Amino acid sequence: MTAPRPSAQTVFRVTGLGKVYRTGDVEVHALRGVDFTASRGEFIVILGPSGSGKSTFLNIIGGLDRASAGEAWFEDHELTRLDEAGLTRYRRDHVGFIFQFYNLVPSLTARENVQLVTEISRQPMTPQEALALVDLEDRMDHFPAQLSGGEQQRVAIARAIAKRPDMLLCDEPTGALDSKTGIRVLEALTRVNAEIGATTLVITHNAAIQEIADRVVRFANGAIASEHRNARRKPASAISW
Amino acid sequence: MRALHIKLRRDIIRLWPQALAIAMVMAAGVATLILGAGAHDSLATTRARYYETNRFADVFTTATRVPEAVATEIAAIGGVASVDTRIQKIALADIADMAEPASVTLVSLPGYREPTLNRLVMRSGQAPDPEADDEAIASEGFARAHQLTAGSTIRVLINGRLRAVRITGTALSPEYIYALGPGDLMPDDRRFGVLWMPQRALAAAYDLDGAFNSVAVKLTQGMPPAGVIDRIDTLLADYGGLGAYSRKDQISHAFLDAELQQLKSMSRILPPIFLLVAAFLVNMTLSRLVALEREQIGLLKAMGYGPWAVARHYLEFVLLIAAAGIIIGFVAGAWLGTGITTLYAKFFSFPFLVFSRNPAVYAIAGGVTVVAALAGAIRAVAAVAWLPPAAAMAPPAPPRYRKILRGHIDLTGLVRQSSVISMRHLSHFPLRTASGILGMALAVAVLVGSLWSFGSIDHMIDVTFHRSDRQDATITFTAAKSEAAWYAASRLPGVLRSEPFRVAGVKIRHGHVERRLSLNGRLADAELSRVLDGDLRPVSLPETGIVLSQQLAEILGVNRGDDVEIELLEGDRRVITQPVSAIITGYIGLSAIMELDAMNRMLGEGDRVSGVHLAVDSAAWNQLFAAVKATPTASFITLQHVALKRFRETLAENILIMVTVYVVLAGIIAFGVVYNLARISLSEQAREMASLRVLGFTRGEVSGLLIGELLAIVLIAQPLGWLIGYGFAAAMVEGFTTELYRVPLVVNRDVYAKASLLVLAAAAFSAMVVRRRVDRLDMVQVLKTRE
Ligand SMILES: Nc1ncnc2c1ncn2[C@@H]1O[C@H](COP(=O)(O)OP(=O)(O)OP(=O)(O)O)[C@@H](O)[C@H]1O
Ligand SMILES: [Mg+2]
Repeated sequence: MTAPRPSAQTVFRVTGLGKVYRTGDVEVHALRGVDFTASRGEFIVILGPSGSGKSTFLNIIGGLDRASAGEAWFEDHELTRLDEAGLTRYRRDHVGFIFQFYNLVPSLTARENVQLVTEISRQPMTPQEALALVDLEDRMDHFPAQLSGGEQQRVAIARAIAKRPDMLLCDEPTGALDSKTGIRVLEALTRVNAEIGATTLVITHNAAIQEIADRVVRFANGAIASEHRNARRKPASAISW
Repeated sequence: MRALHIKLRRDIIRLWPQALAIAMVMAAGVATLILGAGAHDSLATTRARYYETNRFADVFTTATRVPEAVATEIAAIGGVASVDTRIQKIALADIADMAEPASVTLVSLPGYREPTLNRLVMRSGQAPDPEADDEAIASEGFARAHQLTAGSTIRVLINGRLRAVRITGTALSPEYIYALGPGDLMPDDRRFGVLWMPQRALAAAYDLDGAFNSVAVKLTQGMPPAGVIDRIDTLLADYGGLGAYSRKDQISHAFLDAELQQLKSMSRILPPIFLLVAAFLVNMTLSRLVALEREQIGLLKAMGYGPWAVARHYLEFVLLIAAAGIIIGFVAGAWLGTGITTLYAKFFSFPFLVFSRNPAVYAIAGGVTVVAALAGAIRAVAAVAWLPPAAAMAPPAPPRYRKILRGHIDLTGLVRQSSVISMRHLSHFPLRTASGILGMALAVAVLVGSLWSFGSIDHMIDVTFHRSDRQDATITFTAAKSEAAWYAASRLPGVLRSEPFRVAGVKIRHGHVERRLSLNGRLADAELSRVLDGDLRPVSLPETGIVLSQQLAEILGVNRGDDVEIELLEGDRRVITQPVSAIITGYIGLSAIMELDAMNRMLGEGDRVSGVHLAVDSAAWNQLFAAVKATPTASFITLQHVALKRFRETLAENILIMVTVYVVLAGIIAFGVVYNLARISLSEQAREMASLRVLGFTRGEVSGLLIGELLAIVLIAQPLGWLIGYGFAAAMVEGFTTELYRVPLVVNRDVYAKASLLVLAAAAFSAMVVRRRVDRLDMVQVLKTRE
């Protein structure tokens, strides 16, 4: 198989992606043939009912999990063929992850949580810079337990962006936050998306958020059900829920 | 990777009580191995050095009277490097500060030179004037026991004449490291000592001018003693030779060797068990501790850390704890080893002490611990670090759900929901529960395995001193006497009952196995010194045949009815075959017993007795002592209560010291394990507890849940622990057994009770800690940060 000619725009391309979970005799088809591309700097919102395979999709394109079928290409790397070490390199060099439950290391301060990433990246920002992007310079030396949920999520964003990732993958980043805090988090995301040009994928259940996206992808039953492009992106500050 | 190091440091600080408890368990395992092996190595090295510098002889013998000229013939035997001839006699000493007479061995010092063999180490004063006939060097222990210094005098019954002997100095000798008086079971410096007197004086006193009655021989390097012994026996046959013997049968050496052997085998059994138990526990706790970090492992991987980088982080965590444990263990082991070695050295009165540190022992102890710790961490990390991060970050899928009792019985309403939760935890993670139970059981087992010996030694003492040898005193004559001596002894003041006995030096043989010992003759139905069968019932001695203690029978490989060869070491040195007529219980020494008349018939010297066992009216001791001191035929008196006391003291000074140390270390292991298991269950369930608190469970209910689980595990573990502990004890028995005494395997109920109580106490303490932790459990924090 030869690499598809990467257009200047396309950073990510997925064809026929499938994922089957086997638990005992039961097979769960979490993904059934997903085709998808993303261009550099695009801001994509993923919607879809619970259990439709959004997280599974994000995990696979982020190199956190393996597909059962199909191909996933990042630039000229075929993710679906990478071994453990290759996937680790891919995550380390190109991907920033943000999880619904923040997932900070509880024994490290905000700054140290970011440092955890900057130490292994090639051209990282300093932890201070990253935390400044999410307006948390003054809480740098606090431990996760001393931060609110929204603040923890912003630390998680700082941690994800500090490496200047090519892909920023966010699984329900505002799921646990109130509207005001959620909007601050989204502002941080759009700002980072604009400033470092990272292709950003945001999973959400919040339909309001789709208005800040370049493109909206809707999952249903393990496949992409529909897709549309926003003619005009709203700034995060302009939405509410 | 600085941030990871910060995490490492914080994790260690956060978990310090647990880290310390694990380190202490490791340290205890490491320390036992080091101190056990260290004490033995040091003492063995010291003894070897002492023997070498003071030229301890290889072959010994005594005879009645040998002309000096024979010495050159002995020296001419092939393999003999040098020969020392001496006069050696046993005598009674009357010492001002004690009522009963003491006994001393008199050993001659050559005229104006040092002995070539068995050289003395002068400890104070100086050697006597070679011309003086009333001067002597006293053995240091004896001198110390009676506060004898240069210038003191004691009265000694030398060849029937009471003489005042002036002490000119004190010394140690490699020949009397373990100074054992005749008929004694244990050394007693108060009652037995050595006096070195000039050759001339002893020769005159015992009419041995131009003659000697004792020989010490040094062999050339690597020469086996057997051939030389035969040649010496032939040379001395006409001079009343009592049979030459090698170091193996030299009393001091044999006892010391048995002690060292015992120390060695103790250090070969219990410490490795401890080390392995500690290693297992460390492995288990660390693997659970690391397993708690599952989500963080996934997170690190999601951020782009490779599995090896993650694994390294946790290995460092574990290695730090292991390093602490090993260092504490090394230091404690070396320190305890030095302390114990010093105690032993004092007990054996070595003039100096060579500490030997065997790097191999340190390497093994450290290596086993590190491997166990690393293996524990790797087991846990490997289970997660190679998973895709998406799977690692999710909590582990619980093992297949199973309703208690498979749902056949509806427990609702019968049991409180909280106990159902506890039971479910225990049954949902069967491996974890099983390892917890095994861990607790091992904690009980190491305690049982080290505590049992106290009770067994008491049992041994009870059987020996209260059921078997029930006499109050024993008088041993200088030589075998006619039965008239028995009648005379029975008329001594205060004597309520007296029973004669006969002893004779023999070699007893079966096939290739041979032991040199004293054959003992007694009345068939002796009431005082009784013979007990396997069930500890007194038996009457059969009129024919020989009765062997179980250990001797085992060594010789004989059963009831088999024949053994008996070679007499006195008189006509005949070899007689006798059937084994019974095998009896005997914990102390190797004993061979015959009915008195049968033995006298076999010896063919008429009706003779070597001494008498006495029951004494306790009000009349002083009259008895005075009478004995005035009786020249009575050479030594052994008092049973003193013997018992010395026996206890001696055991207390050696094996019990070691056992006590082991008990303490076992306690540390037990405590560390229980505490850790409790703390880890707490961490494993912190989230769930917080959720329950949120649901409205009270603190008591929530901690009750955990404590209930802990209690269930502790209780289930007890019987298993007893069983394993009994196994450890059985393995230890072999370690305690020497030819000097054998410790029976008696594990009393109180041992199990004590072990269980200690573990329950540790559990109670841990439960308190858990309770306090749960009380302080910050619901919000636990739920907020997804640990
Ligand atoms: N480890 C797993 N084992 C078995 N089935 C799984 C596993 N992970 C996910 N699934 C199943 O795969 C399907 C897709 O799950 P996924 O987490 O991708 O859904 P989602 O779209 O992210 O849902 P939500 O919006 O609720 O987060 C679901 O049916 C889920 O039950
Ligand atoms: Mg999801």
